[in-house]
Amino acid sequence: MKANKILAAALVAAVLAGCSGGGGGKASSVVLTGAGATFPYPIYSKWFETYHESTGVQINYQSIGSGGGIQQLKAGTVDFGASDAALSDDKLKEMPHPVLHIPMVAGAVVLAYNMPEITQPLQLTPQALAGIFMGTVKTWNDPAIKAANPGVALPATAVLAVHRSDGSGTSNIFTTYLSAVSPDWKSKVGANTSVAWPAGVGAKGNEGVSGQVKQTPGSIGYVELAYAKQNNLATAKLQNTLGAFVEPSLASTTAAIQASAQALAADVRASTVNAAGPDAYPIAALTFILVYEDQNDAAKGKEIANFLTWAIHQGQDEVEALQYARLPAEVVTVDEGSIAKLTSGGKPLASR
Amino acid sequence: MRRPLPPRRRGPTIDGVYRLVLASAAGVVFLIVALIAVEVAHGAMPSIRTLGFGFLTQTQWDPVADHYGALPYLYGTLVSSLLALIIAVPLGLGSAVFLAELAKGKVAATISFVMELLAAIPSIVYGIWGFFVLAPFLRTVLEPWLISNFGYLPLFRGTPFGIGMLNAGIVLAIMIVPTIVSISREVLLAIPRTLREGSLALGATRAEAIGITLDAAKPGILGSVVLALGRALGETMAVTMVIGNTNRISASLLDPSATMASVIANEFTEATGALYLSALIQIALVLFAVTIVVNALARSLVWLTTGGRRDIAAAT
Repeated sequence: MKANKILAAALVAAVLAGCSGGGGGKASSVVLTGAGATFPYPIYSKWFETYHESTGVQINYQSIGSGGGIQQLKAGTVDFGASDAALSDDKLKEMPHPVLHIPMVAGAVVLAYNMPEITQPLQLTPQALAGIFMGTVKTWNDPAIKAANPGVALPATAVLAVHRSDGSGTSNIFTTYLSAVSPDWKSKVGANTSVAWPAGVGAKGNEGVSGQVKQTPGSIGYVELAYAKQNNLATAKLQNTLGAFVEPSLASTTAAIQASAQALAADVRASTVNAAGPDAYPIAALTFILVYEDQNDAAKGKEIANFLTWAIHQGQDEVEALQYARLPAEVVTVDEGSIAKLTSGGKPLASR
Repeated sequence: MRRPLPPRRRGPTIDGVYRLVLASAAGVVFLIVALIAVEVAHGAMPSIRTLGFGFLTQTQWDPVADHYGALPYLYGTLVSSLLALIIAVPLGLGSAVFLAELAKGKVAATISFVMELLAAIPSIVYGIWGFFVLAPFLRTVLEPWLISNFGYLPLFRGTPFGIGMLNAGIVLAIMIVPTIVSISREVLLAIPRTLREGSLALGATRAEAIGITLDAAKPGILGSVVLALGRALGETMAVTMVIGNTNRISASLLDPSATMASVIANEFTEATGALYLSALIQIALVLFAVTIVVNALARSLVWLTTGGRRDIAAAT
């Protein structure tokens, strides 16, 4: 199984490397390969294209899912991995060499709902949200929802909680948030790419969840912010830890990351959900590129360092067009520190 | 009618080679099945060792706690396939009898063409249909009606959400009807005309004559049902889209469920833990075993119901 995957990846890499020979780019003939998360794939492929045009460096990326990206990095078949979730201490220890986490962009998980009866945005407290996905809040006129929506005539329709049926980074961020705000959720369900959902129905992918929500009055499901924006879904305002009901947006996502800056400076893998900022949307997360601290191939390592540096500076100007939230300045500084740690055979690689 | 074969001219070696080539072509099938079994069993080993027999009897599938019980998926697969058969067998058999015994010329040709078309539609299209067309109909019409008229049965309790076991059963039924129709029709057509003519000559009505033909065709018809069941057990994409994907066992057909094939499709790509991955492979192993058991049961059913009538079984 794994051997096959590795072989396939190697073949793909070899073929692509062969193809790129005649490309006649500028200086570099280095080809980098990466694999991993699907969530940042649109912005990554845009970056790789822009970067190729300006530098001639070709970067190939397979969006096979965070789990697959980590596996391939571990097996050494790719130059970098990409993951929506930071590696736990245990998983970091399983890697053959020390790994650096470089946050690239931020995203948010939003709650799309279908309630034709109400016109203003639904407001949810963390407790009401946990109750909905726990199965304890069964109808829309439940006191837990009513309390946060004064003056709104909520219908008595049954609540249908829609979750992702496939393992996904989005579920991981969402369940991490629920675990952070609800001790009950933490002890009974927990956080992972798939969990034992106590209620509701599962649908495959962002498009499955949004399709289910659009179709069923009374349903509510979680999707990526970018997906909700592109499809004009009605999304709920969520109460953050300071008590404010915050609308999910690129600005409130960046604000959430900014509010977690201190923790991120100490450890870039720190949780960014439920951040304490007045404008912080509570379900925000970073997506990472994972690289080995010490690169085998100095030429490749140098190109990786250059690309990462480019992506966290100039690259950030391209992210909002694709509905990703840009990194706050504090996190860019943290990234610069991480990139400066990249070495090959003990020699630093970063040129800046 | 058949001419006798010409006498052998090139000696036995050519025949031997010929036989060997054909035998190895047939042997490849065995090899493939054996390799699948070995590979899947090997991958499932860590899970079998850790979870033991509880894998099949426990209902908690929890990747967070790294604990896996596959009973809800086994249940979902069996019930959704059974539901599909309950709907598809009468429909398919009725239509096969009509095509073979009653319909003539253009009518028969048109219906057969449409049936073949149904069989050629990719399963994802059935899934989309089930999701966008059938689900709203179930939610607004059929399920509320079932609840208000038969709500006293545990089978039809719950909230009408449109997706769930009932939707999956109906979609599967539509997917397997063509299999039942096309094979059963061929089987019926292969029954010698003399059987029908004899029955009619002895004073049987049209319906009685068809009954006698059906009885003679029983082994072949059961065979078509087994093939259809095989497709229903393993169907993945369409079911994943309409069944609701929850690992809870519920008596109600209106509630969401999940099947073995759907959980593999859903969770395989992001299954990172070693035991988690192994548990998913063990589900594949169980699915493989279920298919074999179902096939064996169906074959013994054919054998039991036909008694020693090998001649007819062979004729079909």
